Amino acid sequence: MGAQIFNALLTIFIGVGGCLAYFFGSNWLLDRALPVDASNDTSSVANLKRQSIIRPWLFLAPALIFLSLYLIYPAISTFIWSFFDKNENFIGLGNYAWALQDEQFRQSVFNNFIWLLVVPAACTFLGLIIAVLTDRIWWGQLAKSLIFLPLAISFVGASVIWKFVYDYREKGQEQIGLLNTIVEWFGFDPQVWISMPFWNNFFLMVILIWIQTGFATVILGAALRGVPEDTLEAANIDGASPFKIFYRIMVPQIMGTILVVWTTITVLVLKVFDIVLSMTNGQWGSQVLANYMYDWMFRGLDYGKSAAIAMVLMIALLPIMIWNIRQANADGKGGH
Amino acid sequence: MISDMKLTPSRVAVNLVVLVLVTLWTLPTLGILVSSFRDKNLISSSGWWTALSTSDRSATIRLKGGKDAVQEGDKFVIKGNLFEGADASGTVSSFGLGTRDPKANAVGATATLEDGKTLLINADGTYVFTSPTAFEERGQRVSVITAVPPSFTTDNYNTVLNSEGIGRSFLNSLTVAIPSTIIPILIAAFAAYALAWMELPVRGLLVAVIVALLVVPLQLSLIPLLSIYNNAGDLLGMSPKGYLGVWLAHTGFGLPFAIYLFRSYIAGLPKDLIESARVDGANDFRIFTRIVLPLSFPVLASFAIFQFLWTWNDLLVAMVFLGSDNEQLVLTGRLNGLLGSRGGNWEILTTSAFITIIVPLVVFFSLQRYFVRGLLAGSVKGG
Repeated sequence: MGAQIFNALLTIFIGVGGCLAYFFGSNWLLDRALPVDASNDTSSVANLKRQSIIRPWLFLAPALIFLSLYLIYPAISTFIWSFFDKNENFIGLGNYAWALQDEQFRQSVFNNFIWLLVVPAACTFLGLIIAVLTDRIWWGQLAKSLIFLPLAISFVGASVIWKFVYDYREKGQEQIGLLNTIVEWFGFDPQVWISMPFWNNFFLMVILIWIQTGFATVILGAALRGVPEDTLEAANIDGASPFKIFYRIMVPQIMGTILVVWTTITVLVLKVFDIVLSMTNGQWGSQVLANYMYDWMFRGLDYGKSAAIAMVLMIALLPIMIWNIRQANADGKGGH
Repeated sequence: MISDMKLTPSRVAVNLVVLVLVTLWTLPTLGILVSSFRDKNLISSSGWWTALSTSDRSATIRLKGGKDAVQEGDKFVIKGNLFEGADASGTVSSFGLGTRDPKANAVGATATLEDGKTLLINADGTYVFTSPTAFEERGQRVSVITAVPPSFTTDNYNTVLNSEGIGRSFLNSLTVAIPSTIIPILIAAFAAYALAWMELPVRGLLVAVIVALLVVPLQLSLIPLLSIYNNAGDLLGMSPKGYLGVWLAHTGFGLPFAIYLFRSYIAGLPKDLIESARVDGANDFRIFTRIVLPLSFPVLASFAIFQFLWTWNDLLVAMVFLGSDNEQLVLTGRLNGLLGSRGGNWEILTTSAFITIIVPLVVFFSLQRYFVRGLLAGSVKGG
């Protein structure tokens, strides 16, 4: 245990020290190799020019190496893996053909599709409502903090929290799960929510909605505060109802932000893994792509199939990726 | 925007709706917090929301036997307290003989039983048992209903921290999270400055790549990285699973967001500041380390919080790149394992879950300002 703490500290030291040594060292070397002085002679000017060509790459090098090694190369490699079978024989589109007729894969695509329909919409809608309402009450800040709080909780922690809410005891026994207690109070029979085909997906989605609504609230709240006061004042004087002001003036003004929130949560939904793994592990018809991919990687030990599933995830994310790049190009002319 | 403070129906409605939403959002977490401090028998026999009310429990207790009896006149008498050495406490509200109806007799009044025996049980558990004939060796059994006042215990925490390995995992999680948070900051900050303020022919392309990588799912990286790690492990004669691999992986995975976040902040710094430093003859290295880095502290802090929460809460990377032994199992992995093996032991699950979320909650509440600022900078496209 002591050794572990020592090792962790040593890593921080080596990691940070190594970074510092690299950045300071390489820049020092550059200054030495291509000296620039105040004399303004031709060699100095030429060196200054060369420095300014080389220096950005010194700054970027570690980041580019990490990105290439941990994201770019693996993405390409996974694409290639997806054409090979378990024994590393090339099988062309075999894995994709397998996926198309695989029952579980179809189930996963269907479930992911429902997740995509429900979760981003629910989070954005709830976030918008909460942002507007909390803006009007004196304890709004506290309310927002409390709704925001689950964002800090891990998906596994959240799964335990909600599994406790969904806990089931046979009828006649004292229920200790909140949901079944409420259901019994209304005179219905307790249910095993987690293993209820089709509907269990929604009980899992609730967890992600619970986590992500705070995110939507904060972003949308900030955008709403940016809506010009005059516009609202004018509408108010014209006798528009608060409801009308909300959806005719406020919502259109922050449409851009709503899209950003929506797409951010969409990306998250496609990657969701931990919740399904720890709640049901894909049983009872609740499988999703990310968990199914993990399944084939570690239980099926078939990297080809696993890679093909990962590629499907990537293809689903492609439109958002392109949209994001366009957005960044449109307003990313920052800097100088 | 509507600023009169009158108690209008719509104002009341708004307050009520928010109150309902806040309750919905906090109750689940409150449930595990309260449960983690309850007795394990209570958790499985009553809902956590009853924790503050007095609960009725029935128990069967054996009275003292014949050898403790004292002869008083023509009667044999046993005096004692129900709770002596018994696994029960509280206030007795009623009792019955044997294992029969524990509500049969009221406390505080002498009950006449068969064979001329009498039994008096008081609310505090003291009893007087009399019989005209000698008592048997074995004590009489009685069932009682006791009202148990709310009580809380830290037993669950002792159990979980010591025998379920949560304490060790807590340390493992810190070991993963802290280096993974610190290492990417400097790397990303230098890259962000280069992308924001330095003359670079392919800048637009690099920014597009960073934005694209923000969306690439982690899942796409796992298989190739796993085989790289396996090969590297074979080559170096080390286990492919270990902290070094996780630190580097988290650094790699965290970089796109870090660079994106830092770049949009650093690009927003006043142009004059950087231009005038250039005119003064400072090179980019000096400008970055002396001017830009100190000014960027808020955004570095925002990222640090994000990265810490993300690495602390991560399950996928840890499951793929770390071993599952005691030395390396992190909290999320341990909790996931407990969900499988201890499915019904809510005292262990709720307590473990609360321990895993306590650090993020503290970080979140103490640094909420930076957290929110980072969220805003990272999502609303600034410039």
